Amino acid sequence: MIPLSYYLTLSAVVFLTGLVGVLIRRNIIIILLSVELMLNATNINFVAFSQHFHNVVGQVFVFFALTVAAAEVAVGLAIIIALHRAKSTINVDEFQLLKW
Amino acid sequence: MEQLFFFYFALIIAGSSGLVVALRNPIYSALSLLIMFFHVAGLYVTLHAEFLAAVQVIVYAGAILVLYLFVVMLLNLKQDDRYHRQWPVAAAVGATLIVEAVMLTLSRGQAAPVELSGQATAIEGLGNTEALGDVLYSTYLFPFEVASLILLVAMIGAIVLAKKDIGGEAPQSS
Amino acid sequence: MTYELIPLLPLASFLILGLFGHWIKDKAHLVAVPAVILSFLFSVFAFVDVAGGHHSTFRLYTWLTSDTLDIHIGITIDRLTAVMLLLVTTVSALVHVYTIGYMHGEPGYARFFSYVALFTFSMLMLVLADNFLQLFVFWEAVGLCSYLLIGHWYERPSACAAATKAFIVNRVGDFGFLLGLLLVWTTFGSLDYSDVFSKAHDATGRVMNLLEPLGGNWEVSVLTVMCLLLFTGAIGKSAQFPLHVWLPDAMEGPTPISALIHAATMVTAGVFLVARLAPLYNLSPTAMTVVAIVGGLTMVLGATIALTQTDIKRVVAYSTMSQLGYMMMACGLGAYAAGMYHLLTHGAFKALLFLGCGSVIIALHHEQDMRRMGGLKDKLPITYWTFVIGSLALAGFPLTAGFFSKDDLLVSAWSSGTLGQVLTVFGLLTALLTAFYSFRLVFVTFWGPSHVDHHHAVYVHEPSNTMTIPLIILALLSIVTGYLGIPGFLEPMFATESGGSAHQGSGTIVIMFLATAMGLLGIAGAYYVYVLNPSLPDRWAQRWRTAYQLSLNKWYVDEIYDLSIVRPTLSAATELWKHVDVTVIDGAVNGVARAIAWGGWLLRLVQSGQTQHYALGMALGAVLILTLFMMI
Repeated sequence: MIPLSYYLTLSAVVFLTGLVGVLIRRNIIIILLSVELMLNATNINFVAFSQHFHNVVGQVFVFFALTVAAAEVAVGLAIIIALHRAKSTINVDEFQLLKW
Repeated sequence: MEQLFFFYFALIIAGSSGLVVALRNPIYSALSLLIMFFHVAGLYVTLHAEFLAAVQVIVYAGAILVLYLFVVMLLNLKQDDRYHRQWPVAAAVGATLIVEAVMLTLSRGQAAPVELSGQATAIEGLGNTEALGDVLYSTYLFPFEVASLILLVAMIGAIVLAKKDIGGEAPQSS
Repeated sequence: MTYELIPLLPLASFLILGLFGHWIKDKAHLVAVPAVILSFLFSVFAFVDVAGGHHSTFRLYTWLTSDTLDIHIGITIDRLTAVMLLLVTTVSALVHVYTIGYMHGEPGYARFFSYVALFTFSMLMLVLADNFLQLFVFWEAVGLCSYLLIGHWYERPSACAAATKAFIVNRVGDFGFLLGLLLVWTTFGSLDYSDVFSKAHDATGRVMNLLEPLGGNWEVSVLTVMCLLLFTGAIGKSAQFPLHVWLPDAMEGPTPISALIHAATMVTAGVFLVARLAPLYNLSPTAMTVVAIVGGLTMVLGATIALTQTDIKRVVAYSTMSQLGYMMMACGLGAYAAGMYHLLTHGAFKALLFLGCGSVIIALHHEQDMRRMGGLKDKLPITYWTFVIGSLALAGFPLTAGFFSKDDLLVSAWSSGTLGQVLTVFGLLTALLTAFYSFRLVFVTFWGPSHVDHHHAVYVHEPSNTMTIPLIILALLSIVTGYLGIPGFLEPMFATESGGSAHQGSGTIVIMFLATAMGLLGIAGAYYVYVLNPSLPDRWAQRWRTAYQLSLNKWYVDEIYDLSIVRPTLSAATELWKHVDVTVIDGAVNGVARAIAWGGWLLRLVQSGQTQHYALGMALGAVLILTLFMMI
């Protein structure tokens, strides 16, 4: 039996890697990839708990999280395409309309 | 044996996620992510969640990642991507959080595995796919239907956002 | 009876003229004069009432009551009040009538009457007060009216300066008064006269440690401190040395108010205060000694300065100061009735003298320097004769009211112990000087060759009836008030356990004789110097140059104050302005504004528009919360 804490540690590592990726990278697509990393980490977490407590609800949640991730990716990429059309760049630093 | 598989999968997952974040070329990042998805699916299998492993491969690796690659290639990006100026702060944040997460995990003590109850045993005996379907189409039917709506909305949104002749003239993409 | 009408009628006059003066204009006297004459009639009723043994006290309005404090407006009419009421209303009424002629055609006609009415109201309320706080409030009010009236011709910078000076010097005294008032309250727990007087005797032994805040030990009697502090207010108000400097400058105001305020009423408020608080002063011999000495000093000082002044109003002003010194000295020696008696008679003849000066000034088109007068006795007969009667009263010529009151005063002073005897000697000397300078004034102004400007000489004539009739009435009063038995009327008020104010002793006849002799000698001396040998004054001025200069320059008191007090204060204020107000305070206020702008500039940096900055913020927040969660 693998102890639950190992899975939790793994998922924490992956999640934080994704977080750091969001904070560091300038390419919007890579940022979205990092967000996918975070989602996957939480999925690992759920599945691990589901197995540990012998409750299938965890997996149901993963199912839905997966669905939402897919939807989110679709829309996110559409937005990126629109942004690229507007500015011919996908460097996050260029999109500063919120600046005071 | 189990441990071997776990550590193999865990190591590759951690490594490839690090690569996703670190590599400059977006295509290399996407491919690292692909590797990660496969190994996560493998991890699911070791956790007796076969259905999810399959779904993971199909949806994530097969659909989402392909979509990403399509867009990367469509946009034909350059590779001059330096890290953001705030990378030391972000690294510090990450380090802090990982330390704290590990501390939290280890300090709270081990939770004992729950004994199998009657219903759970029955479900256990059914196999993962059947168990999942059983719950999904009875108790969680409504969220299931709503999920389909979410996908519909996403589809419509994606089409609207990416259409060329809405919101003024778009410059010719090279 | 409706005694509250006595002060309220002038108040109504003030309000009507103050609010509607702009439309009433030249008819203002139709409102003011009847009001004050009615007030006078009611005062007569009050006097008769009190003479019949009836003492009225009633409360008009309670402002606030609490556990320890009871603030109200009340009226008490006893003998002292009745006498003062008569004085104030009589002189005020006569001055009102006189003003009709004096200020005829002036643009500020209605305003003048309204302020005079306000003053009358305030003075009456001061006199009628039955508690310290009301006394203080109206004490300040009369000071305010004095300021308003001295500065009546406000386009003149000298008038404005004089008004301000009067107010400020008064304020210095009032500060001490206020401290005394607070001490009364903390000692007796009440501000009513009746409460304080009844408890006064029990407080004789009480001491207070003046150096307590500094950790030292200097114990003095509470009553002494209280009386001395209250007396400082009287010093300011009654132009005693050292706060006398405002009175001569107050002559910038129109002559009617010099007569009303600075001769008969406001300046006497200080003497009235000491007399009113006689029960307290009787218990503090130290305070009484101080009062007597201050009074004596003022008496001599005023007389010495009056000898050389050339402005007729200033002569009379310094004469007032000197006479106030007499009254204060008498009160300080325990002869309250004598002091008040002199106050009354002085009110009559000093007002007369001022109004007479006013008559001369008007006749000569606002000329006030007596060196440009002379030979007026044939041209202004009524003015001349009334002026002479007033001067005789001032000099203490037999059979005038001034004779009786001054004699009574000096006799009482002589019987009051060693200090009294010393002060009586000075009083006699001052009587000589008084007679001398008052008849100097008469002779130079009315006798001898005319030095009047030729342009004006042709037009010199007696002023209108509205001005001469008050003069005649006051002249009559200057004689008659000596026969009304006022000291006897007032004696019961000041009777103490030790047998009341000092009574006639063996030296009575001698003092009377000496006082009269001094007066006659002074008159004769003035005649000799100014009529028979007109060149003598100049030769004497040359011979005793130092004394002459000291007298002419008012003993340089103003200059000393200027150097020691005014200039340091002004320079300190300038420094405070430049370095504290501009640099520190404005700097702080502007600095706050700048700091906020700077903070805003800093905060603006947070809104960079870059999403990853915001994401970093979120991540930092998560770190923070997780850390806190782990700590707890």
